[in-house]
Amino acid sequence: MEGPTPLLELQNVTQAYGTGAKRFVAVSGVSLTIHEGEFVALLGPSGCGKSTLLRIITGLQKPSEGRVLYRGQPLTGVNPHATIVFQTFALFPWLTVQHNVELGLKARGVPKAERREKAIALLDKVGLDGFETAFPRELSGGMRQKVGFARAMAVEPELLCLDEPFSALDVLSAETLRGELLDLWTSGDLPTKAILLVTHNIEEAVFMADRIVIMDKDPGRVVRDMKVDLPYPRSQKSASFLSIVDTVYAVLAGRTEAEYVEMGTAPGQPGRTRNLPEIDIAGLAIVLELVSQSPTRSANLYDLARELKLDSDELLKLAEAAELLGFATIDEGDIRVTDLGVEFAEADVTERKQLFAARIRRLPIFEWLLDMLEKEEDHEMQWDDVQDLLEREFPSEEAERNVETVVEWGRYGELLAYDDSREVIYLETPEREEQV
Amino acid sequence: MRLPRVFFPGQNMERRLTWADALILLGIVALVGFGVQLAKDAPAVVRGPSISLHPSVLPVYAVLSTGRMFLAYVLSVAFSIGYGYWAANSKRASKVLLPLLDILQSVPILSFLPVVLLSLSAILPQKIATELASVLLIFTSQVWNMTFSWYQSLTTIPKDLREAARILQLNKWMQFKTLQLPFGMIGLIWNSMMSWAGGWFFLMAAEIFNVGSRDFRLPGLGSYLQEAAHQGNTRAILYGLATLTLVIVALDQLVWRPLLAWSHRFRLDMVHDEDAPTSWFYDVLMDSSLMARLRRNWIRPMAERFDFWVLRRSQARTDRDRDRAGSNVLAWLILAATVALVGYGGWRAAGLLVQVPIQGWLQVALGILATFLRVSLALALTLAWTIPVGVAIGTNPRLARWLQPLAQLAASIPATALFPVFLAALVSLAGGLNIAAVALMMAGTQWYLLFNVIAGASAIPRDLHFTSELMKIRGWERWKVFLLPSLFPYLITGSITASGGAWNASIVAEYAEFSGRTLKTVGAGSIIADATARGDYPLLLAGTLAMVFTVVMVNRLVWRRLYTLAEDRFRMD
Repeated sequence: MEGPTPLLELQNVTQAYGTGAKRFVAVSGVSLTIHEGEFVALLGPSGCGKSTLLRIITGLQKPSEGRVLYRGQPLTGVNPHATIVFQTFALFPWLTVQHNVELGLKARGVPKAERREKAIALLDKVGLDGFETAFPRELSGGMRQKVGFARAMAVEPELLCLDEPFSALDVLSAETLRGELLDLWTSGDLPTKAILLVTHNIEEAVFMADRIVIMDKDPGRVVRDMKVDLPYPRSQKSASFLSIVDTVYAVLAGRTEAEYVEMGTAPGQPGRTRNLPEIDIAGLAIVLELVSQSPTRSANLYDLARELKLDSDELLKLAEAAELLGFATIDEGDIRVTDLGVEFAEADVTERKQLFAARIRRLPIFEWLLDMLEKEEDHEMQWDDVQDLLEREFPSEEAERNVETVVEWGRYGELLAYDDSREVIYLETPEREEQV
Repeated sequence: MRLPRVFFPGQNMERRLTWADALILLGIVALVGFGVQLAKDAPAVVRGPSISLHPSVLPVYAVLSTGRMFLAYVLSVAFSIGYGYWAANSKRASKVLLPLLDILQSVPILSFLPVVLLSLSAILPQKIATELASVLLIFTSQVWNMTFSWYQSLTTIPKDLREAARILQLNKWMQFKTLQLPFGMIGLIWNSMMSWAGGWFFLMAAEIFNVGSRDFRLPGLGSYLQEAAHQGNTRAILYGLATLTLVIVALDQLVWRPLLAWSHRFRLDMVHDEDAPTSWFYDVLMDSSLMARLRRNWIRPMAERFDFWVLRRSQARTDRDRDRAGSNVLAWLILAATVALVGYGGWRAAGLLVQVPIQGWLQVALGILATFLRVSLALALTLAWTIPVGVAIGTNPRLARWLQPLAQLAASIPATALFPVFLAALVSLAGGLNIAAVALMMAGTQWYLLFNVIAGASAIPRDLHFTSELMKIRGWERWKVFLLPSLFPYLITGSITASGGAWNASIVAEYAEFSGRTLKTVGAGSIIADATARGDYPLLLAGTLAMVFTVVMVNRLVWRRLYTLAEDRFRMD
């Protein structure tokens, strides 16, 4: 793996959607070089633009700004030397397994006999011999993804892009498939020059890649580029493995900043409105209870994830919420519960709701919404109007998700109520309840 | 047993009106105007063919009729695919193409028949003109819902499959062949079956069209039945009906069912389906070694060679022409030319319309009103019998097993083929034509409603039935709180189709030549037919346009609102 020839280069790539007040930046100023021989993981929370970046890298999408170079040449159109293995497999259900694998070869004009031979050899390699004439719907999820891999490898890509390829699979199939891919990669059997894995799973990235590019959201950007110098095969229990995972957790969880930075600004105000993490409030209580019971009132995030059997993505969202509400602080991959957090963890249901309400009242987005509702005559607003206002801060899907979270948190804290049949959000007040 | 809701016109109900709608309506005015201009030169006397009633001619007539259908269908498929592809791939074109599709779906196609017949026979030899008119008519009746279904398929292909096709470097042809066509196939075949069934209705109407001294009939099964009815030859009527039924059933068994069974492989869902459509003929074909050999030795290698030929050509082409700056200018030129032509046509049409005297317009208004009442009556009568019968069948699987195939067979016989027979039976009664007209409207459209009611009734969840029984909801109360609301969306979609069909039927139902006598009754259809017979071209134009506008407006103002209401309020799923 010496002589790092740059295979792909992103220069200051930015992707924005929409125009005017609703213009939203999905990926901002990303520069990245992938060299021959590298297995790069692109890691980040959902919504950080990693899938967008993958589409830009493969030429499926043209960035709004910046350049994409492949072997030093600007990329025009879809990159013929790259393929993608999709999260959803993206197999053609009306073609047999073999025809699916042959498809890319046929598009390149490879004659039938040669195609056939190659497809059979590849299916053999991934352990699907005997399934050539089966249709994808006859296979299990793991087997379907094997077809996905065989199809991608059939065209002998120089750059193999994997878009969350294991996240739609059950745990066991995912584990097996990861190992098999690594075997192929490390044995040098693949003509592939580099692999790019897009994932939100920290352990997966550390287990597979020799370089991890960590992204964060709002806006999507690269926050860290780190090497993983562990020999293959990697043991997920070794101290060095755990220490790297820990480091990645620390980077992704960040460090609790001053309150005004954490909370952001109200929608419509200058500055960035904080994107609320989508969490289960009961889960938040469980995490806080667990951590507050430890003598130091703190815990390592990765240990916590394993203990609670949570996906890294889910735990990081809970930690983010705890941090935002002032229930915990985060530093270097550790979460520490604050006095407020202990109070919340030890409270009964009613007290919890009161405490929660008091905390979310301080969030600029709640302040803003409650203020607007106060001013409305009936103390109510259409869901769509609130979403519309938020679309000046977020793209529409994100805006909708934020309204959902606001309503859920507001309902839990008994500050807000929502009438589904009329699609209005209204202030929860005593007289209002009497009316209903 | 669950049946799909039958959307005969696969209409895009949510669309708002745009400037394009106005342009398109004006375009229709212009087109009909041009047609009427041409029609002025049509021969005053058209001699029709002599129709033999000897049973030995039936195979020939059957082939002639089916041939017309087939030709129109092939045209429809080609047009649908091209038009849908264009609309889905060009944002600019879709701004005109979609409203056009939308309006043409709701226009009563049969009202154009006289104009088309007259204008074509003015410029072409008689035989070719009538043949061409029938094919054109069937084509325009078949093509819109197929196009719409295909367009919808193209725009709903999952993103991951589209991306996979692109990243695998499939060229346009390969994307069409491995992704777009398979993905749209099920919808295309379902809609083809619908269109084909509807096509018979128009074919029969075209074959028997005969006004005054202009006999536009065509030799075929429709005219055979008409001739038999005129002569009161019961035996020939039975022969004709038997042949027609045989042809329809044979095509269903040997073409449509196998296609449906075959298309099942193109479904997207990844689970095994218990209710897969089956076809004995498809199974026979699949099991035959001849077919297997044909596929292995001929079809597959030919397809392969074609794919590679396209591949080489497309590679050569991408190397050559990259810049397409010219296309922009060309598009504007075409648009400008279209607008100019439409404007000119509209102006000429207006010139004709001012020649219609006040009485003429009154006559048209009265006719529209009469036909409207007739259509409403037919719809009301149809609802009155299909709702109870449909609910009985839909909620009783045992009854359904017997009646469903029977109803399907009955539905497959085009109502226009029976019209001369109705007429023969009713002609001596007072107001016989009136009764026959309503009967024809019902006969043509009741099946859509019946099938929709059955589908709706069978879709009511079992637990709702149990609940209503437990709560002792009986009699009218049961209909009011439970059955009718559940059926409402189905009734509306069925009624939209039914009323469209009834308007179409008025062209042949309100005016008829019967054994040398001319029978007519007040109505929009009879105005159009009568104007055709007398060569009153301004009135022909006024009548045709009035009918088109009325139907488009009724669709917009009544049916669409009800449809939206039904979808918003009464959807079960």
